[in-house]
Amino acid sequence: MSQPRSNCPNCGGTIVFRFSSAVQTTCEYCRSILVRTDVDLKKVGEVADLPPDPSPIQLGTEGIYRNKAFVVVGRILYEYEQGGWNEWHLMFQDGVSGWLSDAQAEYAVSALSKGPAKLPPSQNIYKGLSFQWDGTIYTISTVTRARYVGVQGELPFEYWDKSEVQFADLRSVTGHFATIDYSEETPLLFRGEFVEFDELRLKNLRSFEGW
Amino acid sequence: MTPKPQASFCPNCGGSIELRGFGQSLSAVCVQCLSILDTKTPTLTILQQFQARERILPLIPLGKRGKLHGGEYEVIGFQVREILVDSVAYQWHEYVLFNPFKGFRYLTQYDGHWTDVKPIKAIPEKTTKSGKKAVRYLGSTYSHFQSATASTVYVLGEFPWRVRVGETNQVEDYVSPPRMLSSEATEGEEVWSLGEYKDGSEIWRAFKIGGSPPKPVGVYANQPSPHSGKPTESWILGLILVSLLLFTMLLARVFMFNREVFQQDYTYFPGDRGEASFVTPIFDVPGRTSNVEVKVTTNVENAWIFFNLALINDDTGEARDWGREISYYRGRDSDGNWSEGSTSDSTILPSVPAGRYYLRVEPEWSPDGSTTMQVAKNIQYSLMVRRDVTILWPYLVAVPLLLLPALFRTIQYWGFEQKRWQESDYSGGGGEDD
Repeated sequence: MSQPRSNCPNCGGTIVFRFSSAVQTTCEYCRSILVRTDVDLKKVGEVADLPPDPSPIQLGTEGIYRNKAFVVVGRILYEYEQGGWNEWHLMFQDGVSGWLSDAQAEYAVSALSKGPAKLPPSQNIYKGLSFQWDGTIYTISTVTRARYVGVQGELPFEYWDKSEVQFADLRSVTGHFATIDYSEETPLLFRGEFVEFDELRLKNLRSFEGW
Repeated sequence: MTPKPQASFCPNCGGSIELRGFGQSLSAVCVQCLSILDTKTPTLTILQQFQARERILPLIPLGKRGKLHGGEYEVIGFQVREILVDSVAYQWHEYVLFNPFKGFRYLTQYDGHWTDVKPIKAIPEKTTKSGKKAVRYLGSTYSHFQSATASTVYVLGEFPWRVRVGETNQVEDYVSPPRMLSSEATEGEEVWSLGEYKDGSEIWRAFKIGGSPPKPVGVYANQPSPHSGKPTESWILGLILVSLLLFTMLLARVFMFNREVFQQDYTYFPGDRGEASFVTPIFDVPGRTSNVEVKVTTNVENAWIFFNLALINDDTGEARDWGREISYYRGRDSDGNWSEGSTSDSTILPSVPAGRYYLRVEPEWSPDGSTTMQVAKNIQYSLMVRRDVTILWPYLVAVPLLLLPALFRTIQYWGFEQKRWQESDYSGGGGEDD
């Protein structure tokens, strides 16, 4: 698969897309946030220095989920009262995108759910509210207000310059997991499951001194 | 850019604070002055300062690494928590273990009992087991053991939450030994964790600690029973053995000769004071060397009679002698009818070779107190000889012996379970003092 190449409209640096349907990326030289248009890349903003965060995952980390290889191509970093939390954007070998969230080294893999789900507006959600999707009952366990910290790499949508974002985290009795993301006008539903670190057989992780 | 394990300084006492959590922890305790610091703030804001009557030393020191579940984990935090039961405080220790890739795990220690704990993300399903509260998780049912309010009384090191001495959580424990599911309600959020019982020696090996771990005291909530498996298995085994035994008994009955070889009725005249001894006609005892049953049936009533008997081989003259008293008394008193003794007797002679035999019979009778005045009645009796009979008593002894292990295990099993549940919310109250 040929990787689309381009140049940063801000600094001229080479931009390589790993994810062919990426909508947005960041320039690794000047940290410009770039959005793909039909013809070229447009600078829409700039990412501030991302604070050091404790995730062992980084752009380029590779792994396997349900027998499908993936590579980490981007991320959104949030901060909430339990510290930093990353939504790593995964590109699977079949070109499908997914998410690996990492909060205090607890991992979950999910994907955007385009089901018929009718989601309540953000002011109507509360802890304990249940939904049934595809026969599984999901119950809201926490409603989190997180602060958007920054983005890095390729994302499947335009996402920058957010402030506070509301999320509802849902769980099932079987370890399924879902998030309702209220960062856009229409809430988005992501569904997946909690996973063990070892299950993902991750490679190209960052290193920790002494470990 | 990799942040290194930070060494910072306590804003209260200036002592150095070693941070081992790579930014995953939210609070750390200064070992010098016991200030609890917010590790999310660059200057380590003081969250709380607490006083401790005495310094409590963790059995596994902070910074020690051990191998668990195929990965290395470092002890980065330690807390002492307690619950009050009937105004008695029970304390246990919790170790925060950390691996920068795999995250946090915990070890709890109470009276030498260790549990290896991992937070879980699924929400176990509420159910009931034998009418009691229970939860289901991954196909197992966990029985409710205890609900309590746990408070933190002492902390050291780092925690993935903002720890405070004095903070309380509603804790619920459910057990399915060796596993335990616990829920903790923190700030409206219910957090579940799954624990597995560990021997102190396993922990000592994992963390390469010298010496030996403290000996466990009593029975702990999720301690696996040393009487492994339920006693049901021993009962099943016992019953299988009993049925095998009964089957062999039946087989033996089918294949044994078990046949009458001689039968004759006689009358004894007690009036005859003379010699009553006589011999029976000769009869054939066939088959392999085996037993012979000699049965004497009489019609004695409120009387006794004594028989001197001998089984004599007609060919060799070899004799087996024995004597038997047969007495039977009955009557009626204030308690109703009573009876004593029996009107018949059976003797089994073992290892009698095949051959031609006869019996020598010598009945004896003497009037005793009650019958002296009565006219002595004739006593009728019959002699019967059977070859190769089934002897029942060894089977009757063997059946309870075969079931004895199962009974023993049941007693052991329930003894252990009773000790376990004594510490629970279901100790039954009355009777036991503790």
